[in-house]
Amino acid sequence: MNSGFWSMGGYARFVWPCFGFVFAVLAWNLWAARRHLAQARRRALRAIAMAGSTP
Amino acid sequence: MWTWFYRLASPPYVYRVAALWIPWFLTAAAITIGCGLIDGLGFAPPDYQQGDAFRIIYVHVPSAWMSEFTYACMAVAGAIGLIWRIKMGHAVAAAAAPIGASFTLAALVTGSLWGRPMWGTYWAWDPRLTTELILLFLYVGVMSLRSAFEDPARGDRAAALLSVVGVVNLPIIHYSVVWWNSLHQGATVAKLGKPDIELSMLWPLLSMMLGFMCFYAAVLCIRLRGEILDRERQATWVREAVKS
Repeated sequence: MNSGFWSMGGYARFVWPCFGFVFAVLAWNLWAARRHLAQARRRALRAIAMAGSTP
Repeated sequence: MWTWFYRLASPPYVYRVAALWIPWFLTAAAITIGCGLIDGLGFAPPDYQQGDAFRIIYVHVPSAWMSEFTYACMAVAGAIGLIWRIKMGHAVAAAAAPIGASFTLAALVTGSLWGRPMWGTYWAWDPRLTTELILLFLYVGVMSLRSAFEDPARGDRAAALLSVVGVVNLPIIHYSVVWWNSLHQGATVAKLGKPDIELSMLWPLLSMMLGFMCFYAAVLCIRLRGEILDRERQATWVREAVKS
């Protein structure tokens, strides 16, 4: 890649942080959604276990 | 058609179908965002006025578009839950809210970074910027309201009501650049007929927008499955679903 691409015509300090921030937001969305699902699954398993132990 | 619609109100059906769609949406998102990035950063020509700074459009516009689209989805789902008392409506609304809030934040941050070299300031109390900020507050309000009630059903109803009322902000965001003097440029892509943007710049943008839409669908499906499990914890079908 040539340096012209990375310098973005002198706007690199505005262009690259924008792309970085948005892709960080996308990555966070995916991570948080998966974490939310895993936590919900654990809560459901706990509820099932508690229901099973109740006479 | 109505049978399919009614099946969408069934939590076990949606939980199962959402799992099937996630890999397809993620694959489509990776391909379209990848193509959009390569084309937008590598091949689209620089703008004659803004130079290479215009390339921020490839993340700013999809983020802004998704912030409004997600809000509309959330409000429609909330209204369905409110009017027809369909639990899945509230589950979709709850799943969509954090995704929409993150897209709104991304639109505001990228807009601010674009504004600095073009307008000479990171922030101005411009109609478009202010209404987008109000949208972020609406998302935060809807999420806070939902979690503020001890009874989840009351929280769902209150959040749905606020999201439906907040829909009034969407046309204001869209037409703010027409109704008032604004630093923000007018519509370029959404103009019916001929868009005010060169085709070689437009294609990567459309590809990115499609990619963001697919990504949103994938993340919504994942979050929705979590919401369903939380809401249906006591149902017998959950026992088989979480153990498999």
